[in-house]
Amino acid sequence: MLTQHFPALLVVVPLIAAPLIVLVRRSLPSWIIALLATAATFGIALSLLDRTLAEGTLSYAMGSWAPPLGIEYRIDAAGAFVAVIVAAMGLIVMPYSRVGIAAEVRNEEHYLYYALMMLCLAGLLGILVTGDAFNVFVFLEVSSLATYVLIAMGRDRRALMAAYQYLLMGTIGATLYVVGVGLLYLETGTLNLADMATRLPMASDSRAVLAALAFITVGISLKIALFPLHLWLPNAYAYAPSPVSAFLAATATKVSIYVLMRYFFSIFGESAVFDARATGAILLGLSLAAMFIPAIVAIFQHDMKRLLAYSSVSQIGYITLGISMDSVDGLMASAMHLFNHALTKGGLFLVLGGVVLRCRGASFDRLAGLGQTMPVAAFAMVVGGLSLIGVPGTAGFISKWYLVSAAIHLGQWWLVGAVLASSLLAVIYVWRFVEVAYFRAPPADHPPPGEAPLSMFVPALLMIGGCVYFGLDATWSSEVATRVAEVLMNSRSGGQ
Amino acid sequence: MTLASHFSYWTTILLLMVGLFIVIARDNLIKKLIGLGIFQTAVYLLYIAPGKLIGGVAPIVGSGFAVYSNPLPHVLILTAIVVGVATLALGLALVVRIKEAYGSIDEDEILAIDAQDDASPTPDHEGG
Repeated sequence: MLTQHFPALLVVVPLIAAPLIVLVRRSLPSWIIALLATAATFGIALSLLDRTLAEGTLSYAMGSWAPPLGIEYRIDAAGAFVAVIVAAMGLIVMPYSRVGIAAEVRNEEHYLYYALMMLCLAGLLGILVTGDAFNVFVFLEVSSLATYVLIAMGRDRRALMAAYQYLLMGTIGATLYVVGVGLLYLETGTLNLADMATRLPMASDSRAVLAALAFITVGISLKIALFPLHLWLPNAYAYAPSPVSAFLAATATKVSIYVLMRYFFSIFGESAVFDARATGAILLGLSLAAMFIPAIVAIFQHDMKRLLAYSSVSQIGYITLGISMDSVDGLMASAMHLFNHALTKGGLFLVLGGVVLRCRGASFDRLAGLGQTMPVAAFAMVVGGLSLIGVPGTAGFISKWYLVSAAIHLGQWWLVGAVLASSLLAVIYVWRFVEVAYFRAPPADHPPPGEAPLSMFVPALLMIGGCVYFGLDATWSSEVATRVAEVLMNSRSGGQ
Repeated sequence: MTLASHFSYWTTILLLMVGLFIVIARDNLIKKLIGLGIFQTAVYLLYIAPGKLIGGVAPIVGSGFAVYSNPLPHVLILTAIVVGVATLALGLALVVRIKEAYGSIDEDEILAIDAQDDASPTPDHEGG
């Protein structure tokens, strides 16, 4: 009977682990608690995905108060899919963190790091599982507040400014979202998302609903780091401790993208969002700008972490491009890229974390000659880079393939050219790493040849291996992504 | 639909704008947080004002009362206030750390210090 409470336990397990860790305080036991909690969470997420694929939407009445009066936890294949990505990333980062943070976070603060990771995980999973608009805001803030502190734990003092700037922009984003939810509440009288979706058509053209759409879109776009609202992201990723960069790059923005998809397709409905107004065109324009401008900026970076961060902004453009197409194919490509990019960028940041540990920095000066000093890590970075470009045989290729075929399906041939051109920009910024790693001599004080500690190396290689595996055999990911797209598209018209 | 009948909405919009303007226009990190606080407070008003009906009473069923005020917005905003306090506390704590690390809480000065660091790299800075 425990399985029936899985939707709640998905959030409750990490949420309880956090105060436990604070009580324990010592580094090793708190790591063990965090590891167990993430493992349990991952198991729950997998079982939820399994059940939602088989049975459809799961509804859980929090505290047995029947929805829509009580708070409902509601999870379908789309939410469970992103939850699996988030929980899996948590499980991979946890073993990595043990050694990964030793160099970057002071010993007496380790327990705080683990507690905050748990809170962040709980918040992100809560956003995915809750069926209540205001609850989304609360979980958004739970995860965001934890994120700000995690970023500020970075060793460089610029991490503090990065965290402060993210705090300002993140809070503005969340507040705009609450304004939108408030307007929707005034218009429909409900906060339950499913209930709201059924009541909205009666008020679909009222100005308050349009204002709500605008507020929610802009607020969530700030959290997604959709160009040009991405200014907080490069510094935040660059100066956060390595495991935090990897975790955030793979999860935080992805969860916000899920929220945006939910609002567009399940709550407002695609006809209100796309057919009746220019949302699609605006999103398309911003996605194209995101695919090109940050990619060009990435080329001129002198620090690998910043380069990868700008590349993230650019890759987010592909995901929103799929959303802007307003078709099942486009959404499926978005869901695919959400998964594949989480895998690729998470893997790259994990490998880079090991490199930073040994080379004491991620600037190109420090990384010079990496092909000699850390051959396997350098090679893994190149493989991850190939996946960013979208070379066949890597995960990045699969999602770009679906994106391009979705564009062709709609007769938008010029989008194919745009995707290809922006991939060429990715070739340039990945090549910059290749040049530095293989064609430059190592710095004078280079570390002796060798690799990162095993506990960091294995998770990183697992992720990069995943890039190749899901690039060669995309059966599982494409099947699930198709279901996700169908669920999102039909959740409004298909009853409920 | 007069100015007076939508008084609370106009105030909300004004406060949102004032708050956002302070966040954008001020360089002092504390003043930015004050702006952020005003920005968030405006939303509290947006929620609470429509919950009050003129002549409405607390929603306790009793004879002689037909008009009730909706208590849900108040409860929601109680949560939002808690979130706002936590954000503000965290923001102020970060400013304290920034002051310790940089010796300044002026954004322009801090960015200038960072630019200087980039020009002449020194070993890692301890955050404080």
